[in-house]
Amino acid sequence: MKIRAIALNTFKEAIRDRILYLVFFFAAVCLILSRLLALLTVGDQLKIITDVGLASISLFGTLMAILIGTGLVYKEIDKKTIFTLLSKPIHRYQFLLGKFFGLLLTLLVMVLLMTVIFLAMLFLHAIRVEWSLFIVICLIFIELALITSVAILFSTFSTPILSSVFTLAFYLIGHFSWGLETLMTKMPPGFSKTLAQIFYILLPDLENFNFKTETVHHLPIPSEVIGLSVLYGILYTALVLGVAMLIFRKRDFV
Amino acid sequence: MVEALKITNLHKSFKTGFFFKRRKILKGITLTVDKGDIFGYLGPNGAGKTTTIKCIMGLIFPETGEIRILGQPYLSLKAKEHIGFLPENPYFYDYLTAAEFLRFYSQLFQLRREERDKRIEGLIKLVDLEKFADLQLRKFSRGMLQRIGLAQALLNEPELVMLDEPLGGLDPIGRKEIRDIIVRLREEGKTVFLSSHILQDIEMICDRVAIIVNGEIVNAGRLSDLISEKVFYTEVIVSGIDAEKLENLGDSMDSQGEKIFLKVYDDAKLESILQLVESHKGHIHSLIPRTETLEDIFVGVVKRQ
Repeated sequence: MKIRAIALNTFKEAIRDRILYLVFFFAAVCLILSRLLALLTVGDQLKIITDVGLASISLFGTLMAILIGTGLVYKEIDKKTIFTLLSKPIHRYQFLLGKFFGLLLTLLVMVLLMTVIFLAMLFLHAIRVEWSLFIVICLIFIELALITSVAILFSTFSTPILSSVFTLAFYLIGHFSWGLETLMTKMPPGFSKTLAQIFYILLPDLENFNFKTETVHHLPIPSEVIGLSVLYGILYTALVLGVAMLIFRKRDFV
Repeated sequence: MVEALKITNLHKSFKTGFFFKRRKILKGITLTVDKGDIFGYLGPNGAGKTTTIKCIMGLIFPETGEIRILGQPYLSLKAKEHIGFLPENPYFYDYLTAAEFLRFYSQLFQLRREERDKRIEGLIKLVDLEKFADLQLRKFSRGMLQRIGLAQALLNEPELVMLDEPLGGLDPIGRKEIRDIIVRLREEGKTVFLSSHILQDIEMICDRVAIIVNGEIVNAGRLSDLISEKVFYTEVIVSGIDAEKLENLGDSMDSQGEKIFLKVYDDAKLESILQLVESHKGHIHSLIPRTETLEDIFVGVVKRQ
């Protein structure tokens, strides 16, 4: 109940700040880019639209998660609204969870709207829409949840600009860390291989959530891979939120 | 009887700069607030008033010391259920309307919906914002924010209300309104803890006060015990008498038209003035004995520190 109240208020804030206007921007970018790229490419226009559309949903979602997420907690402290909120009978972790779920709700609405626009564009070119698209978008959403938790983690102790840089770094590392996995297979066993393994476990692997290529090229996605990705996403998010709560628990609000 | 608030040996310091230098803000605060009192927490700027209140509210953590609210450990939800808090220069979610804001906060208490709606309606009426219930808080003036802030502090019908500078930045009418609400809270049996440096207000409404200077309580007690009844001097305004005749009877003589102002330190001299006025058929316009005020005590204490 308390977490829900805080989450709904966070959602309301995003709506009243006119965040959803970004969706129109998304639609415009999608339309123009897919037209342009289709002109420049020889081959299947539908593939281009699917690729651009999914990439745009992911990109816009990530931008929102980072930009709003890093400011969420900081703004409450900076504007001192947190003073009265925490004087109510709530735990600090409930506050953080409320903020997290509030932003998640905002992202959900955004992703849904973007999906509707995306599907409408697909329909204009082909009557058939593949179900695997929805799975891909669900996994994009799970990635967004993870990025949101990271943004909130940094915003519990840092300024929005620094937090944005950190979260962006997390995102970039997350999308290139699969290189470590490839490296590991080529390495002889020994100290450096163990080190690479440790790094790979600690660093996020956001490519786990990326099935865009498979969808675009109609490759099969095994359901156990999807299951593992979902589990990985949920556990990683929970872990990051847990660390955020630990930091937030003892923080002084001066 | 359980005290409304009991603070024992509270210490807090903050890091200054990059090195491990720390500045002590609270140096062993100990105080007790009895139930049903309006307790004034006085101190010059930077003395540690707000830091003490933030410690009590669990916004910052003291290094040592114990705080109990209504007998409960101060960080427990049980304590928070019975406490209301208005911070200094309150600022709230400016994209919400006054009614939405109160509704949001009321959801953080275990209340039934009808009860919540009833309380919100009553509180908006209490702080006289009925006309502005549907206005976004970003359009609120300073005084209106203070009032909605007070309303949110009273949502849970708290037994202990903590107010940090509730009268700061308000015009005389606004101050009177807030003062009236505070007095009404006492009549309802609630305990009010308020920090301020506006001494006249404190003097008007508080039962007990504590004065904090440089992080230490330097004086505390019942207001009536702190302020002595001793008359320093008497201010007299008379007319219809020659000024020369009064020359030896009072200090700092001043005249404005017919009226003569006098500062009289001696009771016998006061008696002589009265007789003089009577024999010369003059008039006494005013006669005010000047006793010690809270300001005298406050200024004395702060200077000594």
